[in-house]
Amino acid sequence: MTASSTDWSAPGLDSETRESSPLPDPDPAIDRPPMEVDIVCAGFGPAMGGFLTTLTQAWNDNPADPAFESRVMPGMPLQVLCYERADTLSAGVSGVVTQAKGIRSSFPDLNPAEIPMAVPVTDERVFYLLDPIGASRRSLPLRIGDFFLRLAGSLVLKDRAFELPWTPAFLHKKNGLVLSIGQFNQWVAECLMAGGLVQIWPGTPVAAPILENDAVAGLRLADQGVNKSGEPDHNFIPGMDVRARLTVVGDGAIGQVGAALNQNQNGAKCWAMGMKFVIELPEAAADSELRPGTVWHTIGYPEPEIFGFLYVHPDRLVSVGIFVPSWMGDPARTAYRYLQHFIQHPALWKHLKDGTLRSWGAKSLEESGRRAEPPLSGNGYARIGEGSGSTNMLTGSGVDEAWTTGIQLGEAVLELLRAGKPFTHQNLSAAYETRRRASWIERGAREAENARNGFHRGFIRGLIGMALTGLTRGKLSLPAHIPPAHRQIRPFSFFAASGIKLREAAELVLEDGRPLHDALMSARGWPEIPFDGRLLVTQQDALLMGGKVQAPPAFADHVIFRSKGLCLLCDEKTCIAMCSGQAITLGSDGAPVFEREKCIHCGGCLWNCAQSPDGVNGNIDFRAGAGGLHSAEN
Amino acid sequence: MANALHIVACAGIVPDPLQTLEPTLAPTGPAIRNEMVLPAMLDPWAACALYEAASLIAKNPGEPQNPSKLWLVSLTPKAKLQQVMMTVAQKLSFELVPIDGPIGGFTDAHSTAAILAETIAALPGLDRGKLLLFGGWESANRGAGVTLQLIGERLGITDQFQGVDQIELRDDGPFEVLERVEGGRHQVSVCAGPPAVLGWATGNLPEPRNNPQIGMDNMRTIMPVLQKAKTAALDTNSLRYVSATLPAQQRTTRVVKDMHPEAIAQEIVEWIGKDS
Ligand SMILES: Cc1cc2nc3c(=O)[nH]c(=O)nc-3n(C[C@H](O)[C@H](O)[C@H](O)COP(=O)(O)OP(=O)(O)OC[C@H]3O[C@@H](n4cnc5c(N)ncnc54)[C@H](O)[C@@H]3O)c2cc1C
Ligand code: SF4
Ligand code: SF4
Repeated sequence: MTASSTDWSAPGLDSETRESSPLPDPDPAIDRPPMEVDIVCAGFGPAMGGFLTTLTQAWNDNPADPAFESRVMPGMPLQVLCYERADTLSAGVSGVVTQAKGIRSSFPDLNPAEIPMAVPVTDERVFYLLDPIGASRRSLPLRIGDFFLRLAGSLVLKDRAFELPWTPAFLHKKNGLVLSIGQFNQWVAECLMAGGLVQIWPGTPVAAPILENDAVAGLRLADQGVNKSGEPDHNFIPGMDVRARLTVVGDGAIGQVGAALNQNQNGAKCWAMGMKFVIELPEAAADSELRPGTVWHTIGYPEPEIFGFLYVHPDRLVSVGIFVPSWMGDPARTAYRYLQHFIQHPALWKHLKDGTLRSWGAKSLEESGRRAEPPLSGNGYARIGEGSGSTNMLTGSGVDEAWTTGIQLGEAVLELLRAGKPFTHQNLSAAYETRRRASWIERGAREAENARNGFHRGFIRGLIGMALTGLTRGKLSLPAHIPPAHRQIRPFSFFAASGIKLREAAELVLEDGRPLHDALMSARGWPEIPFDGRLLVTQQDALLMGGKVQAPPAFADHVIFRSKGLCLLCDEKTCIAMCSGQAITLGSDGAPVFEREKCIHCGGCLWNCAQSPDGVNGNIDFRAGAGGLHSAEN
Repeated sequence: MANALHIVACAGIVPDPLQTLEPTLAPTGPAIRNEMVLPAMLDPWAACALYEAASLIAKNPGEPQNPSKLWLVSLTPKAKLQQVMMTVAQKLSFELVPIDGPIGGFTDAHSTAAILAETIAALPGLDRGKLLLFGGWESANRGAGVTLQLIGERLGITDQFQGVDQIELRDDGPFEVLERVEGGRHQVSVCAGPPAVLGWATGNLPEPRNNPQIGMDNMRTIMPVLQKAKTAALDTNSLRYVSATLPAQQRTTRVVKDMHPEAIAQEIVEWIGKDS
């Protein structure tokens, strides 16, 4: 590929959208030292793990294979570099229970005991949780259903939970694994580095793809030594241009490289905030029913729309969490407090109450799957993992799917290298997309495509739609019109909070300065959290637990409010309610304020803005940034 | 100054202090729970030493046929060191000399020093007349804080400085060193020249920024040497640890608005006072 002047417009992105963004065009006068490699990769999650493992294993099998000869450094093996935004490779956040089909195909002799916190799945259950408090917003049909369950009493209920007599086949993770994503990624990275072919660099956010002549020519790394607004400051080091014949995009649901290539598809996506605790159970719990490998899925509580999970790792560690979806229209939606109410449900609390909080984390999931699938490849680039629409929302799994898309691209790249073919759109499409379309990933994605449609029309219709899709393997589903994320948030005035509740909440806000959404939950009847400093701690204290949040100095702010005027006029301020790190707070002038030091990079603000300056995207411009959670256990 | 320097920085690794660190009793003695699971980083004092070494070499590169050189010698578990290299190797150029050792810092400083001294003495191309031995003055890794001194003694280096915050090379060969002494003051010494041991306090330099080009160049040598790292036979029988305790730690969080900074300072002083 020849070097020419860089065009910063994304192919297909309409000009109006770009103009509404305050992102300054990179100063062409800045001298950016280029670096030439063969393959450059953005993001290190399971998808990239699968890709790099496939390349490394092939190289280790036959280092003399001429396909692995570097073009940029003749005589050396292929130069493959991967840049990860987070400070460590163990900083990911996820469940995880996975079938691990793809993972096992990469490691046929996998011994879960080698991966800390990993264990085979032993027991799977699904529970419908009743509301033991009476605060959750339940529709009339749901309340009628709850009434009959209560009437049947202990015949069907235990600890205010109804266990489904069977786990639907589509949810099954038989022969699967319970993992910690942090530990799994760290283990994969260790294997890769020991393999000797690839280099993985954490703490290095990629600012954007380099777009040239209708092709991606590499990645531009984020500037260092800049002030909050990104202007050069003390010790300025311009982000380097890492040029390569192939750029692999595996930066997940909220990655900015993927977003820059997304041809403006962001609008009609479904999202969820996954937030979790890692809890250490007391010694006495060792022989409780929570044995390692236990997997629980829950529905119904703390709000009907909020799904929950509990997975048991070895050594009395439990991952427990919830998903707050974008289709939960409540503008006062929040995850942290709901998670605290969730773990206090009698069915869970009886096991967890004497436990200790070890770690906490949150991350956005892209729930549209195949429906929002962007182009999988183009000239000079290919996309893998959740950002490529691989997450399956019927089976509730993304890790193995992401990993497998990585394997597929790895095999495709090997094929093209061996055939001496360039990484053009046509060649990548033939080698990678064809593999993917013919695989179980595509079949699953098609089945799952419309699984969650019904939820946009209510919880019960959502469950019916999901069951219909699951049981007919995607042949039948409910139709839905899915609006852009900002329009999935209903206006405050319209939503269930009556004027009285809002007034009550406002009084609480004035009294003790808490955020409005928190006060609103109290006004709606949710009891205050009985903080114990051990398991139930304030959100601010959670930032200091397990793997504390940190932002390295000298990087720019990565959360930008496009129009302050729009924020001042906005009643909902959902960005504040849903900010996982309380990094967005209300400023004294009534506009939200962002503090980089508290941001955990969950990406919640990307889809939790209630307004849009352009009718498609929210009012928040979410960019690549450094820092975040340091927990290795999530 | 035209004379080239040969700086050997000794650095161990420690679990990332942002993690929850829990002491526990393993069959081999006191340990940190699940240490292998936790991400690691360079021992902070030793990291300062390494940054100072790189800056000194940058200011004093030597001549093309006789260049200054920086080695990083580390006795740590290889898998963990590999992880740490992913962060450190983008920051500065060095030659890594890894020695595969056990996890955890409860090792006998004499035994550690013996292995490190032997490794340093055998470094190909190392000129003792140019040698500055750098390391941390203290260790965050439960070490006794004497390892560097012991390495120096084993190598027969008598000029030793501890708690160093600054080194200034003079044109004619000697250098001036600022060592920390009581009361936040520094003692100024002038040393005739290498060889010398410098145990660093925090120094004055910030962590260098990531430079991908340096990272790529470093990794080309780091990965092969890591794969071939020799294993250290540390003496595990000479010491018996009776117990280990964490430093007392407490945290109280309170959200306040519009409080005057002086009032906040006053409250913090009172809070600290309660502990003493
Ligand atoms: C709470 C929670 C529970 C979940 N439970 C399960 C489960 O039980 N089973 C399951 O299978 N899946 C589960 N998932 C989904 C699963 O975690 C994802 O589908 C999976 O991690 C996707 O992998 P990926 O490699 O595509 O992306 P990611 O894991 O998101 O990795 C992308 C990486 O790219 C990095 N990155 C982003 N932007 C940049 C940039 N600009 N520069 C450099 N690096 C960048 C990110 O830091 C990240 O490390 C869960 C998710 C959450 C949040
Ligand atoms: S970013 Fe502004 S417009 Fe969007 S929800 Fe927050 S306050 Fe409202
Ligand atoms: S500001 Fe940071 S922590 Fe808050 S929602 Fe956005 S990404 Fe998440």
